[in-house]
Amino acid sequence: MPELTLDGLRVTARPGTTVLAALQNAGLSPLRRSLSGEPRGALCGMGTCSECRAVVDGVTVRTCLTPVRNGQDVRRLLEVNRDF
Amino acid sequence: MTSEWEVVVVGAGPAGLTAALVAAQGGLQVLLLDAQPGPGGQIWRGAAAGQKGAAGDLLREVASHPAITVLSGAEVVAAEAGGRTHLLSVTSAAGLRHLHAERIILATGATERFLPFDGWTLPGVVGAGGLQAMHKGGLDVRGRRVVVAGSGPLLLAVAAGLRRAGARVLAVAEQASLPDVAAFGMAAARLPGKSREALALATGLLGVPYWADCAVVSAGGQDQLQSVTLRRGRREITLDCDWLAVGFGLVPETRVAALLGCPLDGAGAVQVSAWGATGVPGVYAAGEVCGIGGVDGALLEGFVAGCAASGQMERLRDAPRRAALQRRFQRVLERSFALRPDRLPTPSPTTVVCRCEDVRHGQLQPFTDWTAAKLQTRCGMGACQGRVCGPACETVYGWRFGGVRAPLAPLPLAHLLEDPSTLGPP
Ligand SMILES: Cc1cc2nc3c(=O)[nH]c(=O)nc-3n(C[C@H](O)[C@H](O)[C@H](O)COP(=O)(O)OP(=O)(O)OC[C@H]3O[C@@H](n4cnc5c(N)ncnc54)[C@H](O)[C@@H]3O)c2cc1C
Ligand code: FES
Repeated sequence: MPELTLDGLRVTARPGTTVLAALQNAGLSPLRRSLSGEPRGALCGMGTCSECRAVVDGVTVRTCLTPVRNGQDVRRLLEVNRDF
Repeated sequence: MTSEWEVVVVGAGPAGLTAALVAAQGGLQVLLLDAQPGPGGQIWRGAAAGQKGAAGDLLREVASHPAITVLSGAEVVAAEAGGRTHLLSVTSAAGLRHLHAERIILATGATERFLPFDGWTLPGVVGAGGLQAMHKGGLDVRGRRVVVAGSGPLLLAVAAGLRRAGARVLAVAEQASLPDVAAFGMAAARLPGKSREALALATGLLGVPYWADCAVVSAGGQDQLQSVTLRRGRREITLDCDWLAVGFGLVPETRVAALLGCPLDGAGAVQVSAWGATGVPGVYAAGEVCGIGGVDGALLEGFVAGCAASGQMERLRDAPRRAALQRRFQRVLERSFALRPDRLPTPSPTTVVCRCEDVRHGQLQPFTDWTAAKLQTRCGMGACQGRVCGPACETVYGWRFGGVRAPLAPLPLAHLLEDPSTLGPP
C-alpha cells in the first residue's frame, strides 16, 4: 500500500485512491483559505472547481485528479501559506 | 507518442469509450484521452477493466484493442479547428503537447450545476455527484451522516450509492414537485432495462425520506459543515450532518467544443446531426456534451458518432429509432426537473457567488450581463475560470456565460514558457 505524508503526518492509502480522499480520510479539512480568509474544502470531485488544490511534491495540483503514490509529500495550501 | 491521429476522442466516459471502440473496429487509429487518472467517466469512475458488467466489458475491450491508445491524466487545454486536420493542445504530467487529428469526437460529458446559498462554501458542502465521485476516489463515508439535496435523478443514484457504501443518508431533498418526479419515473420505466434499475434504486433507498418540493435554505457551521436547513412548504427543518451533497442538475461541458467553434443549441449543448456531426467538418460529439440524458443515451450516441466518424453507416440502421426513444426520455427528464425559482436557494447579499475570487451576491446584483460583472468584480476570473460561477450566474441572474478561452485549465508557467503559442491572441 502506498505510504505518503500529509502535512507531515504519515498515512497509508489504498492504491487507486486520490490524494483528495487521503486528505479527507485523515480528517485534514479545510484545504485552503479563500481570499477573504474563509475556510474552503473540495466541491466538485472531478477537476472542475479547483477548490481541492494542494502542493504535492512541490507542485500545486488538483488533488481530486491526483492518484496517491508511494513517498508523496502532500501539503495543504493552508500549511504552505500560499495561494493563487 | 506520435502527434498525428486519424481520430482523437476527448473524454473516456461511456460515450467516449464506445466511440473509440467503434471507430477502431472501423479500421481507424484512435487516441482516447481523459483528464481523470483512469478511464470510465463520471458514472464508471474507478471501475476496473474486466470486472463483471457493461462497464468492465467495455473498458477491457478498449484497453485490449490494438488500434486504441488510451491516455489518462491528460487534459485538452486548447483546440483549434483546421481545414484537413484539427489541433489539440494537451497538458499532462509529461508537459504540454500538440496533437493533430483528422477527426475529433467530443465526449466531454457534463459538470454539476451549483447554486449559491449561505454556508455553501463551508468544507463539507460538496456536489451531489461530487460526493459520489469523492467516494469512488477512496473517501470513506461509513457511518457519516449525509443529506442529499438539489435536483435531478442523480440525487437518487448518489443517495443509493452512498448508502451502499455505509453512509447514513438522512434525507433526499428534491426541488421538483412530486407529480413531476412521478412522471419522470413512469417515462424511465418505459425504457428497455430501466424498470429493473429503478426497482434496484428504490430498494436501495428503502427507509430514506424523499422530500419533493423542498428548498435548501442554508448550511451552518464554523470551519466545517455542521448542519443544513431545508424548507418544506412553510416549515423549516434543520438536520445535523457531516456532508451536504447538493447539486442542481448537470450542465454540458462544452469548452473544448466552443474553442473548436462548434455551434451550441438553445440549452447550451453541442448541436449535432442525427449522425453525431457537429457544425464543424470532421468534429463529432456524443453523450452528455450534446444534452443531459444519462448513461444509455451516452452509449448510443457514442456508437453513432464512432460509426459516422469511421464511415460504418451500415451499422447505423437501428440508430434513429433508438435515438428518438432516447430523446423522448430526455425531454421528460428536462421537463420533470426544470428548476423552479421558488424552490431554489436564495443568496443573501453577503453570500459568495464566485468562490475563486470571493465575489458576493450583493456585488453582482447591480450588473445586467456577465462581461460587465466580470470586468468590474473579477467574477469568473479565478482558478476555475467560471466553471462553477458561470452556470450559477446563468440560473440566478439569467446571464449567458460566454468566457471560454484557452488555456482551459491553469498550466504550470514552465509549460507556457516552453510554448507561448498556447495562449494565442486575446
Ligand atoms: C460529478 C458527476 C458524478 C456522476 N455520477 C453518476 C453516478 O454515480 N451514476 C449515474 O448514473 N450518473 C452519474 N453522473 C451522470 C453521468 O454524467 C452520465 O450518466 C454519464 O457518465 C455520461 O457519460 P458521458 O460519456 O457523456 O460523459 P462523462 O462520463 O461525464 O465523461 C466525460 C469525460 O470527459 C472528460 N473531459 C471533459 N473535458 C475534458 C478535457 N478538456 N480534457 C480531457 N478530458 C476531458 C472528463 O474527465 C470525463 O471523464 C454523474 C455526473 C457528474 C457530473
Ligand atoms: S474537487 Fe473540484 S477540482 Fe478537485
